[in-house]
Amino acid sequence: MSGRKIGEVILDLKNISLSFGGVKALQDISFNVLEHEIRAIIGPNGAGKSSMLNVINGVYTPQQGEIIFRGQHHANMDSYGAAKAGLARTFQNIALFKGMSVLDNIMTGRNLKMKANMLQQAFWFGPAQREELEHRAKVEEIIDFLEIQHIRKTPVGRLPYGLQKRVDLARALAMEPQILLLDEPMAGMNVEEKQDMCRFILDVNDQFGTTVVLIEHDMGVVMDISDRVVVLDYGKKIGDGTPDEVRANPDVISAYLGASH
Amino acid sequence: MAASQSGRGSAPLDTFPRLLLNHAAVRGDRPATREKYLGIWQTWSWSQVAEEVRAIACGLAELGFKRGDNLALIGDNRPRLYWSMCAAQMLGGVPVPMYQDAVATEMAFVLTDGAIRFAIVEDQEQVDKLLEIKEQCPGLQHILYDDPRGMRHYTQTSLQGLDEVIAMGKIHDTNQPDFIPGEIAKGRAEDVAVMLYTSGTTGKPKGVCQTHETFIAAAQSGVGFDHLTDQEDILSYLPMAWVGDHLFSYAQAMVAGFTINCPESGDTVMTDLREIGPTYYFAPPRVFENLLTTVMIRMEDAGALKRGMFHYFMAVAKRCGADILDGKQTVSGSDRLLYALGNVMIYGPLRNVLGMSRIRVAYTAGAAIGPDLFRFYRSIGVNLKQLYAATETCAAVCLQPDREIKFDSVGKPAPGVEVKISDGGEVLVRGKLLLKEYYKRPDATAEVIDADGWFHTGDAGFFDEDGHLKIIDRAKDVGKLSNAAIFAPNYIENKLKFFPHIKEAVCFGHDRDMVCAFINIDMGAVGNWAERRGLPYSGYTDLAGKPEVLELIRECVEQVNADLSHDAMVAETQIHRFLVLHKELDPDDDELTRTRQVRRRFVGEKYAVLIDALYSGNATQFIETQVKFEDGRTGKVAADLKICDVKTFPVMKKAA
Repeated sequence: MSGRKIGEVILDLKNISLSFGGVKALQDISFNVLEHEIRAIIGPNGAGKSSMLNVINGVYTPQQGEIIFRGQHHANMDSYGAAKAGLARTFQNIALFKGMSVLDNIMTGRNLKMKANMLQQAFWFGPAQREELEHRAKVEEIIDFLEIQHIRKTPVGRLPYGLQKRVDLARALAMEPQILLLDEPMAGMNVEEKQDMCRFILDVNDQFGTTVVLIEHDMGVVMDISDRVVVLDYGKKIGDGTPDEVRANPDVISAYLGASH
Repeated sequence: MAASQSGRGSAPLDTFPRLLLNHAAVRGDRPATREKYLGIWQTWSWSQVAEEVRAIACGLAELGFKRGDNLALIGDNRPRLYWSMCAAQMLGGVPVPMYQDAVATEMAFVLTDGAIRFAIVEDQEQVDKLLEIKEQCPGLQHILYDDPRGMRHYTQTSLQGLDEVIAMGKIHDTNQPDFIPGEIAKGRAEDVAVMLYTSGTTGKPKGVCQTHETFIAAAQSGVGFDHLTDQEDILSYLPMAWVGDHLFSYAQAMVAGFTINCPESGDTVMTDLREIGPTYYFAPPRVFENLLTTVMIRMEDAGALKRGMFHYFMAVAKRCGADILDGKQTVSGSDRLLYALGNVMIYGPLRNVLGMSRIRVAYTAGAAIGPDLFRFYRSIGVNLKQLYAATETCAAVCLQPDREIKFDSVGKPAPGVEVKISDGGEVLVRGKLLLKEYYKRPDATAEVIDADGWFHTGDAGFFDEDGHLKIIDRAKDVGKLSNAAIFAPNYIENKLKFFPHIKEAVCFGHDRDMVCAFINIDMGAVGNWAERRGLPYSGYTDLAGKPEVLELIRECVEQVNADLSHDAMVAETQIHRFLVLHKELDPDDDELTRTRQVRRRFVGEKYAVLIDALYSGNATQFIETQVKFEDGRTGKVAADLKICDVKTFPVMKKAA
């Protein structure tokens, strides 16, 4: 991680609490994300990791707490606003358009950046045409970046899981996000696919300076690629720090290996 | 080759840089190189290419590249790597293309053996490999990379982007405009133009030095033979280190002035092939096999009507297609009508899918092609021909002339080439196209070229009554069974490999009482077959051990046996027992060469325990094998292999 400069706090979460009826998914959680860093959220199943991500990009509204994104205070984010402001995400269970080609799927990631109105787009004339060519050029760069040229025209539904995950990442990248939220980008992959994915995440972070917040189960991966790690357990934050600090934290060890009283 | 002789001024066009300058002057606006980048085909004309080459050459000179230096080129087929070849030649240096998928230790050998100081590589992956072995190759001083992606944080002083070198070269060129013309003028036809390493079926690779003169002569002979013009389009996707690619994508393109097209990536070759629609095509048999396998898989998934039509018309094509292509008069009118119908409904669309609609001439070489495979392509109207060649002869010793195609011969000697058979049955070659020498190996050079100038190919063959050369096998591979029947393993293996389910086969039988075989299944074809039967499997090893799969392979082997029994020459060498290997044979484990030929002896030694099991009558055998990954790590694969007995057939008399 030599050349990349970690910047100021870009996203600050303060005392977030979220509950569904009696279930307390998140309890008083605070942590921040610095610009250009890779921040991992880990924890056992049901620890509240995905809920945390959903709070960040506005899918869930927390009952308490405050989100400060680029200096602006929010009680909650709204999904559309979050996307517009440069938060992109991928999903744990892939949410692509199965019947559409890889190219079209990635193009949908450019939707927010298109200015032409529906009529112009429908008849593909004037600004709509010019605009689409520009967006297509950008999409092609991403296709080249993620090395998926060979499946450009293939319907997503026909692709193996590992490649679908990559297309999911491609679509998120097409938004040219400032923060990329990745929900278990490596779940269900074989070793080789995981290595590729790690390399892509590091490359994205390195090349575009994108801040990455990721949830991951594979400890090896997390410890290898992230700059700082937050550990959740039963909706509470039990650790926060560099991979080495977290590894040495007794609370984390007991949460993962079982407590011995 | 009017073009290559009619240069402006007095200088003869006897080196590649001179040919390049001539093209830039004569057909400056014609496309010379295309590459698909970001989804769009980018084109460089001959005059643009000449400028780029000149800039690279100046940049290299600025870095200290001198006459006589060797320049390693490592990467996929990228335009700038091809241009760098010519740039090195401009300065009187020698390009040494290397296999891009070689593991680091293999590269270390070539880099040291070839005394390499400069290397131009494609991307970060190759840079990492070179940095890893830099300790072992103290001579390596400069590594230039084409693609700067991911290279920002590398601080090694030996690294430089090709972009910067070109920029530097352009300044150099403005300051000293006479430098490059002077260097080109110093070039002589008898200088070494390129050094290609042998694939090493027989041991450590040797650097084969070829001069401008020989390679240009070889290219001219091929260009004249098939009437190639500057209108041809070819797809350059074979390893640049292979003599075949060097001949077709570099030497012939430089001589005839046609266009080379570089695919977007290794995985997109099929799509790119369709988009370009090459008119001239060259591939080793393995590629044709893979293409056929994909077609067969997709046909099996097609609807009943389409499948029925396909099989019906393929039978028609098998009966008369090849004869129609050869222009023979013996084909009946009804067959011609059926074939014409088939052409509209099946063969035409099939050629289109394969990207072969515009092909005038296609060649295969590098290994023996199975007659059935060969017949398939010719019968659907692709003018596929064989040529016989070796790295040491710049390819093209024998070529099949149009309309004189025999499925089992490699054709007549190319113009200007003498071929004869030694007393021991070995094929000997003499002519202009022979190598100058093996790099720093006078002993090895003396071994293959005798006092009269004959090159010993190491292949066993004979001339048939029409003067066509027939290659049986590598001379050292041909053996005898203990009952004295001739055993030509390649011949049997090719028959096996014709089945889409079988990817690779290795037969044993020399000094034994029967023939046994190792089989590699084709993961794509058998995987698809298993999926349609709802047969679950986890990976190659698991799939290869399924009883259903073994049964499938047994049927294939039995068909081969039935086939062999028809021919008295080889009927004794039917396969009695076989096993399906637990891992794919892989060049990373030294089992195949980089050109994907089996290293027979190495495989025999490595799996000696399996061979013993084949001949001892065991029903199963446990084996554990180490496998190497491309990044140098190793792993282990273990399995209990079942050994299958196969039905053999009584020898049949040839039908009168």
